[in-house]
Amino acid sequence: MTTAISVKDLSKIYGERSALSHASFEVPLGTVCGFVGPNGSGKTTTIRMLLGLITPTGGTGTVLGESITHPERYLPSVGAMIEGPAFYPALSGAENLRVLASLGGFSQERVHSLLEKVGLSERGKSKYKTYSLGMKQRLGIAAALLPNPKLLVLDEPTNGLDPSGIQEIRNLIKELASDGTSVFVSSHLLSELEQIAEFLVMLREGEVLFSGRTQDLLAAQIATLIAKPEFSVDLNKLVEITTRHGHPATVEGGAVHIVADAEWGATLNRLAFNAGITLSELSATQPTLEETFFEMTGE
Amino acid sequence: MFNVAKAELRKLRRPTLLISTILVVAALTALFTSIVFLRANSGNGNGQRGEIISPATLSAATGLVYGFKIVSFFLGITALCVFASQTAQEYSLGTLRNLLVRQPSRMKILAGKYLSMIIFAIALVLIDAMVAIAISYFLAPHAKVTTSAWFTASALALLGKTFANVLFGTIAFGTFGMILGLLFRSPISSIATGVIWSLILENILAGVVSSTQKWLPGQNFDNVSQGGSLTVSYHWSFMIAAAYLIVGFSIAAVLFKRRDVAN
Repeated sequence: MTTAISVKDLSKIYGERSALSHASFEVPLGTVCGFVGPNGSGKTTTIRMLLGLITPTGGTGTVLGESITHPERYLPSVGAMIEGPAFYPALSGAENLRVLASLGGFSQERVHSLLEKVGLSERGKSKYKTYSLGMKQRLGIAAALLPNPKLLVLDEPTNGLDPSGIQEIRNLIKELASDGTSVFVSSHLLSELEQIAEFLVMLREGEVLFSGRTQDLLAAQIATLIAKPEFSVDLNKLVEITTRHGHPATVEGGAVHIVADAEWGATLNRLAFNAGITLSELSATQPTLEETFFEMTGE
Repeated sequence: MFNVAKAELRKLRRPTLLISTILVVAALTALFTSIVFLRANSGNGNGQRGEIISPATLSAATGLVYGFKIVSFFLGITALCVFASQTAQEYSLGTLRNLLVRQPSRMKILAGKYLSMIIFAIALVLIDAMVAIAISYFLAPHAKVTTSAWFTASALALLGKTFANVLFGTIAFGTFGMILGLLFRSPISSIATGVIWSLILENILAGVVSSTQKWLPGQNFDNVSQGGSLTVSYHWSFMIAAAYLIVGFSIAAVLFKRRDVAN
């Protein structure tokens, strides 16, 4: 088994609406895979199918090498938080975890250590209904960690968390991944995913736009060179030079933005010098995951 | 299934639910049993639907269980509310997805839940029995009721039989609540429907068209608890109640097994 998740032509149709259409992707074992897409793109539907909560209309899939038609074979090794945390309001955080530990046949001893791990040990005895959104989210993550999972599926785990909470979750995911846990995480915080996800699956309107290494996706995007001439009168002249050499450019904020790789920077510098233009700044930028996402999804 | 039942019992034993349910059951039992004994000599109705229960009747072996079974209908309604809310809240709170991730076999979830509810129902009936017998014994001298026939072998056998009947009726109402919870997936809708149907509509129907009494589920559940009546036999009610429960639970179980969990 080399994949944590593998789906082929997975589809889900509700009435006449297609929530997911022939999705195919693979998530290698032991990696962190980001799952991104605009709202309504089919992320949660996919996750629900992987967890056996809804039945696919078509296609096949495996989780930890077992078919998704038999979730009982792999779910004991899977931790999941789907569409935010959901617990019993009248029970304490600890009691909620004990309910799930009893259900899954896990040791009750884990409850305390997990509360500690997610920073809830002091509020473990408080009723769930008194928790803030961030605390509820942490409890959801603690519940997902109950089985000591080989695969962790997290749907928007950083919702409602403050910056330090987001950082803690990021570190937790990194820590779990370094221990060999595969993590499949959907999030709208693309800058966070860019830091932790080696693999990426991108959805739009129920279809897979991209699945593969995050670096491959970013590398395939067109980079931008930003050149700032010493004198602003040279801006248009510089645009003319780059365009003439096959690199379209625009003037933005007192600098020329040129569609070109970083390697072309030396040529640009030489061309500008030959034309009598002194560059006061020259830098290259690679599109971020967020920019790539917007570009690809057309959002 | 036993892990599910264990998890469910953790939820059922939370103080707000457990204590309030025990208090309601104890209070209703105390009230109804007291009425039976305190009004035994009044010559007016002191039993169900204005029935007159005389001190002579209460002095027989049946006197031991009269207070116990008179409250069975309300025990059933209590069970209906608890079973319905415990089932439907899994949908309304979104906790069903947690349960199914930890225990993917939906039938085991259902069986475990049902087992825990049965344990809860046994506790309710036990409390009812203990409170009713204690109050009956305490009020017997006041009502000029002799209790010597209460502690004979036949009275104790009757107590066992009544316990089983009241338990069956309570579980039947609870199962009805659970079915409604699975169908409506909302605690408020399922409790409201169950209570309005059992407490109001069935009684109006049975009162206006008496022949419907032998076909209505709630009337038959309660008739089993009462050990049968002059108009509808115990065996008829038992068969009809069992048929309702088997058909209703089968439909609800198939829906629970096949329906997507999308909330």
